[in-house]
Amino acid sequence: MNVTSELDARFRAAAIAEGLVDVRYDLVDSPVGELFVAETDRGLCRISYFPEPAEEEVARVFGRRLLRMPLDRTRRELDEYFEGRRREFGLALDLRVAAFHADVLRELALVPYGLTTTYGTLAAKAGHPKAARAVGTVMNRNPIPIVLPCHRVVGANGALTGYAGGLDIKRRLLELESAVLS
Amino acid sequence: MEVAERIPPFERFYLEHRDEVLGYLRRLLGQRAEDAWQETFLRALRAYGRLRHGKHLRAWVFTIATNVAMDELRAKTGNSLFLADEPAVELRRDAFRELEHLTGGLPPTERAAVVLRYGYDLPYDAIGSALGSNEQAARAAASSGVRRLRREHERHV
Repeated sequence: MNVTSELDARFRAAAIAEGLVDVRYDLVDSPVGELFVAETDRGLCRISYFPEPAEEEVARVFGRRLLRMPLDRTRRELDEYFEGRRREFGLALDLRVAAFHADVLRELALVPYGLTTTYGTLAAKAGHPKAARAVGTVMNRNPIPIVLPCHRVVGANGALTGYAGGLDIKRRLLELESAVLS
Repeated sequence: MEVAERIPPFERFYLEHRDEVLGYLRRLLGQRAEDAWQETFLRALRAYGRLRHGKHLRAWVFTIATNVAMDELRAKTGNSLFLADEPAVELRRDAFRELEHLTGGLPPTERAAVVLRYGYDLPYDAIGSALGSNEQAARAAASSGVRRLRREHERHV
């Protein structure tokens, strides 16, 4: 006995309308693979290249009442970004991270489209000039990659160094942005 | 074991159980099943944040579905009595398949007990809590239902 898509959609709409859902999430196709994208009532809370573990992790941090729903605005802004038609995101964010991470991510958000900075520079801007390594950890655990552009942070010698989604994706994002600018 | 007891994100729980719960409610309520199905999962979602562990989630959602269905059925037909002191009868699975189409004629509690037992393989203690009673009462309700089904069946044969 299979639940029809109408019945399913009606249930999901009723659950949202009643305010019973902690996190809405969806899987979004992109040129760098399928993205897990999640939102709370406060804003975008997670983008991940690895849907399964991200689902568990989001449930732990934001509550286990997860429901899959189309996230139209986020999907549209990501599509525009990948098509080279968007340089900044206008999405509200729901960041629940330790204070140091929040300081660094706030500075990260200011790194302009198409440019790169270094871990050391970002550490200094966040008020922790000696914390380049710790900034590396913050980048590695960035809950909202792409929108918070940790792909724009590279080593002091210009090497790409690392990326949660893999160096190949980091390279592709930087190439996309420089191609749009030139 | 620890993995089995973790509470999954709601979406996963929902996808795992939505179809069989709808099937169960169809057996109990027929055409009225869809509203009861939605109410079942809304009730589950309301309680989901307060769950303490992920054991017995299947029995738990069947309990909620049974409660929703019983509210609906009792509102329509009133409660039923069955004789609890008769010896318990059990049915073989293939025998149930032959009688299944007659379950719609059973009083609500017996119908739920029989369908949960033979249609969904729930143990009697789980059926007891689904019915808001206990293992013994669940066994008695299922027995009484089976007897009634057999009588009904003989009348048709």
